[in-house]
Amino acid sequence: MTEEPLVLGLETSCDETGVGIVRGGTLLADAVASSVDQHARFGGVVPEVASRAHLEAMVPTLRRACADAGVTLNDLDAIAVTSGPGLSGALMVGVAAAKALALALGKPLYGVNHLAAHVAVDILEHGPLPQPAVAMLVSGGHSSLLMVPDVTYDVQPLGRTIDDAAGEAFDKVARLLGLGFPGGPLVDKAAREGDPAAIRFPRGLSAAHDMRDHRFDFSFSGLKTAVARWVEQREANGEPVPINDVSASFQEAVVDVLTRKAVLACQENGAEHLLIGGGVAANSRLRAMAQERCDKAGIQLRVPRPKLCTDNGAMVAALGARMVQTGRTPSDLTLPADSSMPITLVQA
Amino acid sequence: MTDQLTLALDTASGTVSVAVHDGAQVIAERAGQQSGKHAEQLTPLVEAVLAEAGRTREELTTVVAGVGPGPFTGLRVGLVTAGVLAYALDLELQGVCSLDAVAMGAVKAGAEGSFIAAMDARRREVYWARYEVLEIDGVRVPVRAALPEVSVPAELDLEGLRVAGRGAQLYPDVLGLPLEGPLDPSAGDLATLAALDKRFVLEPEPLYLRRPDAQANINRKRVLK
Ligand SMILES: [Zn+2]
Repeated sequence: MTEEPLVLGLETSCDETGVGIVRGGTLLADAVASSVDQHARFGGVVPEVASRAHLEAMVPTLRRACADAGVTLNDLDAIAVTSGPGLSGALMVGVAAAKALALALGKPLYGVNHLAAHVAVDILEHGPLPQPAVAMLVSGGHSSLLMVPDVTYDVQPLGRTIDDAAGEAFDKVARLLGLGFPGGPLVDKAAREGDPAAIRFPRGLSAAHDMRDHRFDFSFSGLKTAVARWVEQREANGEPVPINDVSASFQEAVVDVLTRKAVLACQENGAEHLLIGGGVAANSRLRAMAQERCDKAGIQLRVPRPKLCTDNGAMVAALGARMVQTGRTPSDLTLPADSSMPITLVQA
Repeated sequence: MTDQLTLALDTASGTVSVAVHDGAQVIAERAGQQSGKHAEQLTPLVEAVLAEAGRTREELTTVVAGVGPGPFTGLRVGLVTAGVLAYALDLELQGVCSLDAVAMGAVKAGAEGSFIAAMDARRREVYWARYEVLEIDGVRVPVRAALPEVSVPAELDLEGLRVAGRGAQLYPDVLGLPLEGPLDPSAGDLATLAALDKRFVLEPEPLYLRRPDAQANINRKRVLK
């Protein structure tokens, strides 16, 4: 059983109710119910709305995942769940559901770190993780550079955003340009018709002194303000706002800093592999520039397909399966949800 | 002894309550020792109460959950636990209003005629409903006139009635001293009501009684003054 364990993973840290089922490193089901449409008019995720949606979606999504995988709950070897970090009330629904499953089935439970799960999901796409690897996680909730000697127990932070997450910057700029929510795909789309060199927006934390004090940290708040300032100046002058050029130039600024620091992190930490995950990893310009810069530096780039980059249960199941395979001790049924779970804590 | 075996749970108050009921009576009941921490305490308590009852999860036929009203996060922990247990163990899933359990506690402690049961709704409000004591199959039970409401205590029209539960204990100046009986819902009382009469059984969905706190945020803030 420990060779290719059948593991169900539950994810409820934000607005996706995810149930994934894997057999070892093979993906069998990836059922996701999203409440994103319910948050659109608020311009961001509303925690109480997300929590209500998780409760409603939980059993139907479990049912769908089992049907998709062609397995019954009794076939499972273990249950894994995101125990943090994330929205407290949202996490609580998933943690409680996972415990109920573990109790009902008499199977071991693994409470895992959401960020580590974003890294582990690539096992399902590209096979066993190279050790060590540098991972960059970019989404509406996180922007982190991590050193990953072993995803089941040893993940070290290299740097992170000191203000907004990358995906948050995309959401805010999309709102500013009247594009809608969530902003990532909409800005990406508009940028394809625009000139990335049209406007030179600032690259956060890239000056010499920042490269000393915040070498692998990010900052997107100043960039967002620079874009707002530029757009408002245009409007104040009665000139039209070139939405496509602004999108492309903003995106270029984000992607430039992300990929430059990620490649540098690999070079300085002796990692021959860079792994990118999180919702922003679906961004076409990020994928292209990361590929270009990794090729030039002789680094192997691994980015899972977009569906696996966003929050889902498959990533949690993938990490849970690795934990079973490597003989990690299961979590206790008193497992709490930990909204600020540090990345150094891979398992709760 | 019947072949029905019910697990009941309630997380609508500051505490967690679980019970096992065999169709005729409560055979084990446990309460959480810590305030809050519903997600941490509930599943271990379910394990413990089944062990105390000397029964296994495979013998369960029904799960009854308190559907509130109550603080949302804790409430959802109970309902998702009940829902997943019902799915995984193929049990019948029933909801019972948590206030009904508070009212049942007061009736067992001697309440008669008409009274009100009230629970903490936070934000200086209470969840409440009016009850009438009736007899069903020789058992005195509280029958709710309407779905519970949420109000500030001062706006509650008591009509001279006394109030049971945590709500009264929190606002004795306005609602008077609470009637005798437990202040918070007991899972054993939930199970007793569900077993006694199907009219106590509700959809297993939370009685939120409040909309989510959320402001439509579509106007952008200007950065230029
Ligand atoms: Zn994520």
